[in-house]
Amino acid sequence: MIDRPSGLGPDETPEYRELKEGWEARSAAAPPRRGKGSGATDRTISDLPLQPLYGPADVAHLDLARDLGVPGEYPYTRGIHPTMYRSRLWTMRQFAGFGNAKQTNERYHFLLAQGQHGLSVAFDMPTLMGYDSDSPRALGEVGKCGVAIDSVRDMEQLFDGIDLGAITTSMTINGPAAIALAQYVVTAENKGIPRAALGGTLQADILKEYIAQKEWIFPPRPHVRIIVDMMEFCTREMPRWNTISVSGYHIREAGSTAAQELAFTLADGFAYVEAAIARGLDVDAFAPRLSFFFNSHIDFFEEIAKFRAARRIYARRMREVYGAQDPRSWQLRFHTQTAGCSATAQQPENNIVRVAYEAMAAALGGTQSLHTNSMDEVLALPTEKSVEIALRTQQVLAYETNVTNVVDPLGGSYFVEALTDAIERQALEYFDRIAEFGGMIEAVEAGFPQREIADASYRYQRSIESGDRIVVGVNAFEKPDETHPPDLLKIGAEIERGQARAVQEVRANRDGAAVAAALAALKRSCASEANVMPALIDCVRAVATEGEIVEAMVQVYGRYTETTQF
Amino acid sequence: MATTEPAKRPLRVIVAKSGLDGHDRGAKVIARALRDAGMEVIYTGLFQTPEQIVQTAIQEDADGIGLSILSGAHMTLFPLVVEQLKAQGAEDIVFFGGGTIPPDDAEELKRLGVREIFTPGAPLSEIIAFVERECGKRRELVG
Repeated sequence: MIDRPSGLGPDETPEYRELKEGWEARSAAAPPRRGKGSGATDRTISDLPLQPLYGPADVAHLDLARDLGVPGEYPYTRGIHPTMYRSRLWTMRQFAGFGNAKQTNERYHFLLAQGQHGLSVAFDMPTLMGYDSDSPRALGEVGKCGVAIDSVRDMEQLFDGIDLGAITTSMTINGPAAIALAQYVVTAENKGIPRAALGGTLQADILKEYIAQKEWIFPPRPHVRIIVDMMEFCTREMPRWNTISVSGYHIREAGSTAAQELAFTLADGFAYVEAAIARGLDVDAFAPRLSFFFNSHIDFFEEIAKFRAARRIYARRMREVYGAQDPRSWQLRFHTQTAGCSATAQQPENNIVRVAYEAMAAALGGTQSLHTNSMDEVLALPTEKSVEIALRTQQVLAYETNVTNVVDPLGGSYFVEALTDAIERQALEYFDRIAEFGGMIEAVEAGFPQREIADASYRYQRSIESGDRIVVGVNAFEKPDETHPPDLLKIGAEIERGQARAVQEVRANRDGAAVAAALAALKRSCASEANVMPALIDCVRAVATEGEIVEAMVQVYGRYTETTQF
Repeated sequence: MATTEPAKRPLRVIVAKSGLDGHDRGAKVIARALRDAGMEVIYTGLFQTPEQIVQTAIQEDADGIGLSILSGAHMTLFPLVVEQLKAQGAEDIVFFGGGTIPPDDAEELKRLGVREIFTPGAPLSEIIAFVERECGKRRELVG
């Protein structure tokens, strides 16, 4: 007989067992809602089994001290801070960027004036793929999905009138992340702010690009090398900068399940940890500044369980596998964004409600920062009005609902603890399968996560198609004659023409010989073992454009092409 | 020896991604759904130019092209595909698409010659029915 004084739930007493058996008999006799269109299901959105009721028996195997602990203590299941939002709310950080740097700068001033805490830059497709705005490959894409940044001149315009020493900036960029970092450093330098004073986060998670978001430049191995260069550089020179935001968001948007999002994201993170350790970096020197970025989908409890499981898995592996000693290296800090893929084009106002539930799941899951999507993003870039509603949704959640005043309020819930445990087990099974490939880079090269996600996304779509899963306004409660909101934000072709002219002017008005010399030095640096960051910063100082820098690097590393599968 | 009717060749559809847009979830789901509905599907992969897409369709003797764009570049790239189809005398190929496309842009694209635009949330059954009907008509005309 095992003594479990620290067990999670009280043992079932004979009296309780009798009650439970009575409930089981009565519930077996009660007909459940059934069939197509009922919304009744015994699976989560990610296909985890659901029972009608959870009780002590479902959590009997969990140990209170070992598996839950207290907030702010290993394994951080209940949160990374002892008092969580009682001491400090999550950072409300709305991702924004469109058109040119001047337009986006205006949106930033608006968001800061509305009470937003930090900035988050969305770049356009050409910038994310390493093409200048006047490249033929950029045709039709300039300023559409984000802001166009060709050179440090655009970066200066983007942050005009904003004190880079006083705010934190998150930059969602991966392939050319090191170039964006160099541009940010030089922009600050030109304003007299030392790089050591800069706070912010670079996404710089290239592995999920091959898996899900598909904005890569070089093949995986040189890309990972550049990321480790950045980690090394920031460890030495930018103590307030978070080097990587390991991202599950895009994996989920590509159609993964919650467990796949968790498993592939953590596996990506561990691949960077391993690469940095292999470089000779001390795990405790860089791990405290790694962060994560998750999706919050519409299956409320599953998402909360996912966030809680993420912390527990990460803490254990960082400590037990990678030998981290500093508690900050064990703490999984994360940003959350509500699920774009849960939004519908039909009755887009309903998306406000979805976003509110998803945001609440993020808060109950203990997120450190949050972006709430705008209702119209499924149709276009959000208008100022819809962005304001999205931010207000967070403010109502934070200040009115009272969910922020108790730490991990769902901790100890039979259901949430059982689900946390189930999702953790699924993720660990994926780790075993990834290990069979030899590691995450190898698994990605073999297309394993890509295939798993494509299968899951097709299953999900079929379940909506069959009516097994209800999406309001799409396969239930449709409004046949609905009209769409008329005021959508459009980015005109004049932005592209203006930006193309601007980059040509930048090229015409600089020291061409200095640019050529800086690019030549960069190529030498890329071909050697040297850290590429100083050479990149020199290129940016010489006002080399992003496209020129990437082209120089492509000459050394080559460009990645994907093996197409569906 | 008795001859039998040659088996009817299944409809053949190109599912394409263009520009710099990496959002391929929708394209892959549509590709699988059309395949499961009995069609031959060729998925081009990412970052194809309008020229490449139309070339592929002609070389493969495709009945239709479905183009997916979620990056906002639809008003540039869809018309370029229409232009290429005209230039190659291949306007019989049923050209349709989907993505993050505002309703009035969709109307404009249909005016320019795109046969249908599907936005997020469009049922697969509706897309399959459209492709079967329109590509079926094309097959009857072209043989």
